[in-house]
Amino acid sequence: MTDPIPTSVDQKPVATQRPPSGMSLHFNGVRHMIPVDARTTVLDALREHLQLTGTKKGCDHGQCGACTVHINGRRVLACLSLAVAHTDDDIRTIEGVTPSDGALHPVQEAFLACDALQCGFCTPGQIMSAIALLDEIKTEQGPAARLSSDEIRERMSGNICRCGAYPNIVAAVTRAMAGQDGAR
Amino acid sequence: MRPLTYERATAIDEVVRRVANRPGAAFLAGGTTVVDLLKLDVITPDLLVDVRDLPLGGIVAEPGRIRIGATASNSDVAVHPAVRERCPVLAEALLAGASPQLRNMATIAGNLLQRTRCTYFRDGQSACNKREPGTGCSALNGVNRDHAVLGGSDDCIAVFPSDACTALAMLDTTVHTVRPDGATRVIDFAELHTAPGHTPHVETVLEHGELITGLVVEDLPAARRSAYLKVRDRTSYEFALASAAVALEITDGVVTAARIALGGVATRPWRSHAAEEALIGGPATTERFAGAAAEALAGARPLAGNAFKVRLAEQTLITALTDLASRPTEEPSS
Repeated sequence: MTDPIPTSVDQKPVATQRPPSGMSLHFNGVRHMIPVDARTTVLDALREHLQLTGTKKGCDHGQCGACTVHINGRRVLACLSLAVAHTDDDIRTIEGVTPSDGALHPVQEAFLACDALQCGFCTPGQIMSAIALLDEIKTEQGPAARLSSDEIRERMSGNICRCGAYPNIVAAVTRAMAGQDGAR
Repeated sequence: MRPLTYERATAIDEVVRRVANRPGAAFLAGGTTVVDLLKLDVITPDLLVDVRDLPLGGIVAEPGRIRIGATASNSDVAVHPAVRERCPVLAEALLAGASPQLRNMATIAGNLLQRTRCTYFRDGQSACNKREPGTGCSALNGVNRDHAVLGGSDDCIAVFPSDACTALAMLDTTVHTVRPDGATRVIDFAELHTAPGHTPHVETVLEHGELITGLVVEDLPAARRSAYLKVRDRTSYEFALASAAVALEITDGVVTAARIALGGVATRPWRSHAAEEALIGGPATTERFAGAAAEALAGARPLAGNAFKVRLAEQTLITALTDLASRPTEEPSS
């Protein structure tokens, strides 16, 4: 890797993007052209322009995690992401996690099996966060990685559940984690 | 609605020029502060210049120092092996902050410029000298439970909220920038943030359009044995009421080097040289730690709602030092 702190100013040519009247976004593997302005968040682009309403708007200020999506494979908050800043990125939502045959993602199955929800409003964000969590620990610790309940609580702490379904959410993540390396 | 333009560029001089040339322009990195405050109308830029296409995302461990590029994410810095080995206090502070989602978005340079969580600043309408100079400070005689007991003025007592900066303040950190005229400069971390004084709207020594390109954290033997302790209203995903970043070198029971900074209680990153000096040369005992804590809070100006923070910060520091001193000493690995 090169020195990230340049000692002289970079003089390379630049490509600049002016504010578009419409923009192209890559959601769940499909390109969409949508008319949005610079203020539109990824969350509003999803819900208001693409009718992908699985991603929820809770606080709209980065405090609840209900809008968790994956951008280029990492879990982030759609409410604090400007759509215009992600025209070249791969955005994955809850609608994009299920296999095409209509089956559920293993984390969705685990949430059902463990009854890890009450009202369900926070659930898409919880599931997107949990899927990313499982990827993260696999990268950090290998496929046999196991987290304690406390570690799961810490790593899921960005997703608030106002119903207080936390014990079953932790159980669902534990179940999905156990199934990851073929143990199920 | 106010007009807002978004631009991105891949060259540092271009990004700097675009912001420097327009008074209403601002840099955009992870967006965790800027997009939030944009929605609240607390900041009203007319141009956002995205810096994430700049080649500034690297983290490089060299003999003697770690170079962290401006757009490295808080997540990436927190898990970097050299950071965890050479200055675990920084990794711990980063992981104590926000949530995994926010840490994936937030950049280390953005963290240096994080804005206060003062509710009067964020509500967009209360009198607030930081948001609207000259309007007064609603917190001084208002609800000030979360506010600063150190470094405040009669014009502002808003807490600087960053956990990572509490660690960076007690490490030997420099901040590298490119100025609007294209010149580079290196700023000691201790000089970056300014005290509120009569100008709380000015928070750093950076000029409009000056871009942080990265940080350099110099190796510090004491930092290999360092830790961050954060006390808050809930166990996770919450800002600090009080926190302590501590490093100790102990030889034959005697403290030979110490670094101490406090978070959650001050208007800017708060290193306490007085607390460090109170420890060096003496035994690593709870009594000495209590003396250092008293030194650290000696200049505190508590108000009606936040007086508890003085004792809380003292106890947080004493606990952090006691826990750290009780850890077995590790052999230097290099």
